[in-house]
Amino acid sequence: MAVRSTITHLFQEVAREQQRQLAPLTDDLKLLQCGLDSLSFALIVARLEDALGYDPFDTAESFPVTFGDFVKLYESRAV
Amino acid sequence: MALWDCVAGAAAARGAALIGPARAVPLASLAHASCLGEHLEALRGRAVVVAIRDQLTAATALLELDGVARRMVLCTPDLSPEHLPHVVRTAQADVWLGDDASNAPPDTGTLDFAVTADPQPLPCSVQRRASCNTEWVLLTSGTTGAPKLVAHTLASLTSAFAGPSADLGGQEGAAPVTWSTFYDIRRYGGLQIYLRALYTGSLVLSNAGEATTDFLARVAAVGVTHISGTPSHWRKALMSGAAERFSPAYVRLSGEIADQAILDALRAAFPRAVVAHAFASTEAGVAFEMRDGRAGFPVSLVGTSAEGVELDVSRGTLRIRSPGNATAYLGAGAPCLKDDEGYVDLGDRLELRDGRYFFVGRSGGIINVGGLKVHPEEVEAVINSHPRVRMSLVRSRRNPITGAVVTAEVVLADAAAGELSADERIRQEILDACRTTLAAHKVPALIRFVPALEMSPSGKLVRPSA
Repeated sequence: MAVRSTITHLFQEVAREQQRQLAPLTDDLKLLQCGLDSLSFALIVARLEDALGYDPFDTAESFPVTFGDFVKLYESRAV
Repeated sequence: MALWDCVAGAAAARGAALIGPARAVPLASLAHASCLGEHLEALRGRAVVVAIRDQLTAATALLELDGVARRMVLCTPDLSPEHLPHVVRTAQADVWLGDDASNAPPDTGTLDFAVTADPQPLPCSVQRRASCNTEWVLLTSGTTGAPKLVAHTLASLTSAFAGPSADLGGQEGAAPVTWSTFYDIRRYGGLQIYLRALYTGSLVLSNAGEATTDFLARVAAVGVTHISGTPSHWRKALMSGAAERFSPAYVRLSGEIADQAILDALRAAFPRAVVAHAFASTEAGVAFEMRDGRAGFPVSLVGTSAEGVELDVSRGTLRIRSPGNATAYLGAGAPCLKDDEGYVDLGDRLELRDGRYFFVGRSGGIINVGGLKVHPEEVEAVINSHPRVRMSLVRSRRNPITGAVVTAEVVLADAAAGELSADERIRQEILDACRTTLAAHKVPALIRFVPALEMSPSGKLVRPSA
């Protein structure tokens, strides 16, 4: 749960910084339709690496498509 | 004319000296004394690797060797022993000149003999006779780790100040000048100050490992009037608090981009000083010196100056064609120093804003964020404009989304930092400033406060290789 709340918080924080309208973060929400651009995702991933201490993309076999995939990718690597 | 002939008469009249941390060498004494003694004549016409560790001894030896040695290679004190064979072979050196503290000569099979210099010049009958135009070879960092060897002449090294329209201060009739520099004199920036000092006054040498506070106390005590260093040296000096007890007439920045924040900070710290920032490199020589207190340089500088320095910006980088240019890189297979039009182009990129050119970093240091380029220096200038920031280092961080993002390490100006709430507020203010001034991809994704940033032996921020 801690991972999910950290991710949710960062999505909201970056959306605010980048002045973007964020769609409600449901598990089936497609990332490309959530209102953020690739720079925003880059910022989220960089800050998550600092907050959680790992970057699951370096071993991920597929890119997450939905918000639920994204959370799962991080939760699967949580210690 | 050799260096000794250029400086001896006037230097003796002024009572000029080379001043180290523990001892000094009056220049007049070298008319009848030498740190090379009877070996001086054996070095005539030779290609000499000057591997002397002690800076004052090296400063004395260079003055003695110009006009005597055919070539002298100025080894920087931090030169790794593993690169010595490369240096000796590339310079086709046949004599090794060291001191008690220097490395042993490498076993290349090409050196005929080695000489050990005396730290204190010993009285002897010395013949100050020039028989050649000595080639001065400086080392500069190469992309592979092994140094590049850059050849100069005394004429190219002194072209910025020994020409007909020279503006040095300290000439006949002017107040005596005492120079100092944070640089080691075996680097281009330091060598410029060494030579200027010999032509106009005395020189106080820095001491590797000496705390900034102690160095500034020493230069203040000796009465240094002219002093140079990199912007990073100066930020460190301002952080030390010791600058308050020092009142120079001339403060020079070179070697890195001088942003407005450091120029303003120096003007405030040294209200009676001329604060000048120079653009120079080992290969191109001194391109210009600005004394107007503003970062960058005016469009009017582009073209040919009275000193014969030609600046060209037509290819987006600063290209320099001047009597101060080095002659060549030494070594078989070395790259061409000059481009097809005879300019030296080190890839220093420029941006034109309001009639002024600003340096935005080197082509090689560019961060690529999703195909958009970011010059670290451009972001650092914005971060450094925050009144609580002393210095910053912007770097690339690998990112699975955009290839890279921009991150920043920031050193705050005072000890109040460390309180979490204060840090958070400053972080927000820095980010706000970045967002107001910079495109979104240039705004740091992360800002980390650090107690200090690593500086290279040449006094520049250590930047990770691009």
